[in-house]
Amino acid sequence: MKKTGAEILIDCLKKEGVKHIFGYPGGVVLNIFDVLYDEKDVQLILTRHEQGAIHAADGYARASGKVGVAIVTSGPGATNTVTGIANASMDSIPMVVFSGQVPTMLIGNDAFQEADIVGITRPCTKYNYLVKDVKDLAQTVREAFHIASTGRPGPVLIDLPKDVTSGKGDFIWPEHIKIRSYNPTYEGNKWMIKQAAHEIAKAKKPVIMAGGGVILSGASKELRELAEITHVPVTMTLMGLGGFPGTSELSLGMLGMHGTYYANMAVQEADLLIGIGVRFDDRVTGRVASFAPHAKIIHIDIDPTSIKKNLRVDIPIVGDVRHVLKDMLKVLKEEVKEPWDAIRKSWLKQIKAWKQERPLHYTYDEDKIKPQFVIEKLHELTKGDAIIATEVGHNQMWTAQFFKWLSRGNRRPAGLP
Amino acid sequence: MRHTISVLVENKFGVLSRVSGLFSGRGYNIESLSVGETIDPKISIMTIVTIGDDQIIEQITKQLNKLIDVIKVVDFMEIDHVEREMVLIKVSPRKEDRIEVLKLAEIFRGRIIDSGSSTFTIETTGDEGKINAFIELIKPFGIKEFVRTGKVAIAREKAKK
Repeated sequence: MKKTGAEILIDCLKKEGVKHIFGYPGGVVLNIFDVLYDEKDVQLILTRHEQGAIHAADGYARASGKVGVAIVTSGPGATNTVTGIANASMDSIPMVVFSGQVPTMLIGNDAFQEADIVGITRPCTKYNYLVKDVKDLAQTVREAFHIASTGRPGPVLIDLPKDVTSGKGDFIWPEHIKIRSYNPTYEGNKWMIKQAAHEIAKAKKPVIMAGGGVILSGASKELRELAEITHVPVTMTLMGLGGFPGTSELSLGMLGMHGTYYANMAVQEADLLIGIGVRFDDRVTGRVASFAPHAKIIHIDIDPTSIKKNLRVDIPIVGDVRHVLKDMLKVLKEEVKEPWDAIRKSWLKQIKAWKQERPLHYTYDEDKIKPQFVIEKLHELTKGDAIIATEVGHNQMWTAQFFKWLSRGNRRPAGLP
Repeated sequence: MRHTISVLVENKFGVLSRVSGLFSGRGYNIESLSVGETIDPKISIMTIVTIGDDQIIEQITKQLNKLIDVIKVVDFMEIDHVEREMVLIKVSPRKEDRIEVLKLAEIFRGRIIDSGSSTFTIETTGDEGKINAFIELIKPFGIKEFVRTGKVAIAREKAKK
């Protein structure tokens, strides 16, 4: 039975297990909204602006670990999503965005509500598509979800001309997918992992720096095990908060421009820095030349371009954080046996001294409620078990400093708006 | 350092824009670029000449590899290879210089591909050095029009592993 492109699209979403989508209607996507109207399995969450829809899809992906889906109309509808797409791109959030487009025969004519959204979003998506024929639709949606959710995740946009969603075709779902030029590396190089494990054993003053990659790969458990076995303190980037329990003795909180005194002191004094799923952003490093000046650097990341982009690296390991940490734990348990407790004693003592010397603090005010006080209370009440969304700015930094997340993953403020 | 990088890509619309956007977006330079279909019409090959220190070139090759449509990246810096580019030069020498120009073209294994009442169009190929030398020698005779391709490169057979 022939189906319309819009029906095929919704069938694809169901195949991908999509339950909720965020969006705002408009002229060229009416076909799709008409199908959604009668749809029981896929619920549309209607926002009041496309920017709301795109950020909601992003938040949904962070909170659920699933791919966030948004659907908007052509031209202004599509351009309103750009900030949210760029945000998801920088934060590696899996998202698929469907934008309406004018009919294929009008593309390039400067038609009503036409925008070259594929051109506009090319630098801020992981990949994007313009579907020109309804017979390519299912394959494209399948690829888009695959690309968005694998490797280093990110947003993918699919531009859908009106005649593609109204045109008729067969729904053929490609069960298997292979993109010859896209093969993310999950397993780290075994020899490098072994080297890294030996460096951890040799180091006198090691620090782990955990980033968003820990949460995205679901490696909180492995990270905790690594830190606890080897007695290495852990600092987190903004994106890494929630990857390691904030209340642990080994936690140094966040580092960098808005980080704690003791996290920054530890990094500056360290003889080994283990970057896990981080990109050494400038908010963290400050002046790169004087960042962690005494440290050998181990860098684990799934994205090869992250490695040596900003910082010199002594032991690069390209791979999925969870896979790499699992392998590293194996080496540490089987080959590298150290009296960890004893060899870390003086370093952990030093860290404790820094924590006491300058803890996070603010002046309590009897008359006014201080923001830090609010965040502290929120932490007390929730015991760190909460999803917190912040704006960008000081409210975000206070939250990062005073809320001690449990390590359950997927709970963190955005790096961008 | 100047590097000649060859990039095997899917032959789809928008791929050139992804590659050039990568360079412009990250502040890298493209000195020359040439693109053409390969024997397999689904694949194109781009030859890019770019400048950067080791760290930048490493980023360029990694970023290229990261693009979904890029199948393979080869930096010829590490490989023994042959490079060629081509120029078409329309020159209008004075009457008494015409023979001289023809001789020069012959020395550089140039071919006259068009001639008018007062002009020759010379085609020549070679590596960058040869092309530059030829241009310098022809210049004094009056170049009317000039067009130069990007570089193309191929690995020498014995160097292949």
